[in-house]
Amino acid sequence: MKLIHRLMPSNGLRQLPKSVSVHAVLLAYTIIALFPILVVVINSFKDRRAIFRDPLGLPTHDSFTLVGFQQVLLRSDFGLYSWNSLVVTILAVGLVLLLGAMAAWALTEYKFKGNLLITFLFAMGIMIPIRLGTVSILSLMVDLHLVNTLTALVLVYIAQGLPLAVYILSEFVRTIPKELTEAARCDSVSEYKIFFCIILPLLKPAMATVAVFTMIPIWNDLWFPLILAPGESTRTITLGVQQFVGQYVTDWNSVLSALTMAIVPVLILYTIFSRQLIRGLTSGAVK
Amino acid sequence: MTSSNQHDEKKPFPWHLVFFLGPGLLIYVVFSVYPLLDTLVLSLYQEQDGHSSFVGLQNFITLITDDTWSHAFWNALANNFEFFAIHMLLQNPIGLILAVLLSSPKLRLSSTYRTLIFMPTMLSVVIIGFVWQLLLSPIWGIAENFLYDIGLGQYFDAWLGKESSALITLGFISVWQFVGIPMMLIYATLLNIPDDIIDASVVDGANSFQTFWHIKLPLILPTIAMVSILTFVANFNAFELIYAVKGALAGPNFSTDLMGTFFYRTFFGFQLQQGSASMGAAVATLMFLIILVGVMLFLFFIQRRIQRFQF
Repeated sequence: MKLIHRLMPSNGLRQLPKSVSVHAVLLAYTIIALFPILVVVINSFKDRRAIFRDPLGLPTHDSFTLVGFQQVLLRSDFGLYSWNSLVVTILAVGLVLLLGAMAAWALTEYKFKGNLLITFLFAMGIMIPIRLGTVSILSLMVDLHLVNTLTALVLVYIAQGLPLAVYILSEFVRTIPKELTEAARCDSVSEYKIFFCIILPLLKPAMATVAVFTMIPIWNDLWFPLILAPGESTRTITLGVQQFVGQYVTDWNSVLSALTMAIVPVLILYTIFSRQLIRGLTSGAVK
Repeated sequence: MTSSNQHDEKKPFPWHLVFFLGPGLLIYVVFSVYPLLDTLVLSLYQEQDGHSSFVGLQNFITLITDDTWSHAFWNALANNFEFFAIHMLLQNPIGLILAVLLSSPKLRLSSTYRTLIFMPTMLSVVIIGFVWQLLLSPIWGIAENFLYDIGLGQYFDAWLGKESSALITLGFISVWQFVGIPMMLIYATLLNIPDDIIDASVVDGANSFQTFWHIKLPLILPTIAMVSILTFVANFNAFELIYAVKGALAGPNFSTDLMGTFFYRTFFGFQLQQGSASMGAAVATLMFLIILVGVMLFLFFIQRRIQRFQF
């Protein structure tokens, strides 16, 4: 390589082979990342014979079938599971954003006794996983008669999401110029109005980042649905798929279709919001 | 801080503080802080015939030394360190290489690669576990046929079903899924390195490898440290992948048992062994201590790095 560099000092020629190899590596890894998912999605549209005879082929006119999806919808309540996941995720994320923004504002704006302690308490929650408290969470939920309710999941997920939300939103509140709130206070605007009419709208971009970070672990979680709400009527999509696949493991059409039904909505949402997500990840919000 | 001065003068009860901080703090304390502390306390008790009695560190002594418990405990702990080592040896280096390639100047399609490579990270660990279970299945034979196509067919085996290879295979699957996180975070750090520093090294005659090794790598070390601790916490808390692919028994013969699955079995019981809340709490407490030590080491390490390389 060094020899080539010396022989061809011209920049254009030197860059060409390098960028080709960069593309080759990245393309190869992209294929590695997508191949397993694509195989499952493609095969969910094929009949059993085609799944085994030609696993890498696209469904043809002969082999195309939706029997797997029909079986999944017939044998399990996928609509309900998706609805449960949607309700839990939207409520939990919405409340994490609202309560997180309020707490972040209180902790950064006001000086009071215990401020440091509470800030530290929230900071601990970023690193210490809430699942370690599962034994007590379960007995607490039993005492509160919340086992097998979506409320239990929402409450736990709010507690799980708040620490990171408070941290990211506090960083953001600090960047808001003090003059803004001081001016409002001189006009004797109430503290509540200052927060809801001035601060909250300014927090929107940061809240979008927090929303994405909070949403993904909630939607994908298996642990708490399995322990707190395993009943048929409160099953989330992740738990539903896990139970379904475990039960019908030999029915390849059904298994592939169930996985596809869990994968595709997430991928569609991801494609829509990937710009937002990646900007959030790379903006240093989680340093 | 005129605001606090104003409040000090009038000294009204700070209702607005209660309003802003109260609801969030209440939910966080009741459903996260209290259960965690309660778990730590519970690990010092033993339940017998419906009522519990204080037994000090007896549960931990049982876990670490008793014949029926200690084998499973040390096995899960050792497996967990192996699982973590697989991530450190593969996930971070691959993530680093991808990030460096993605940040090559004037790279076309960079954002497309980024989006696609990050895709598996978005999906549930449970789904990913099932997907790979199907791909590696000897019944379907996708992995087997692929290996035959590239001339390595004789090396195929039912990796997930063998004691010697199941944990490593699950480690690879997890690395495959989460490589996007180090890639993304390191990529962001690389983009934030000021151009003048790179230009200066080029002017001084450094080639691109030297620039990377002496300039960029030290600057991304704090990010690598952060990714490492995120990985550490996630690994010592991992449960879903093992549960989805191998079930709560973490077979074959507990060879894929991690602290998370061991915790689950201890708490809920399995086969002939009855579940125990206090023993479960003891396992959770040990996991808490392991994670705490890891986080402390990280804070110590990154604190020094940041001081050294601040610019």
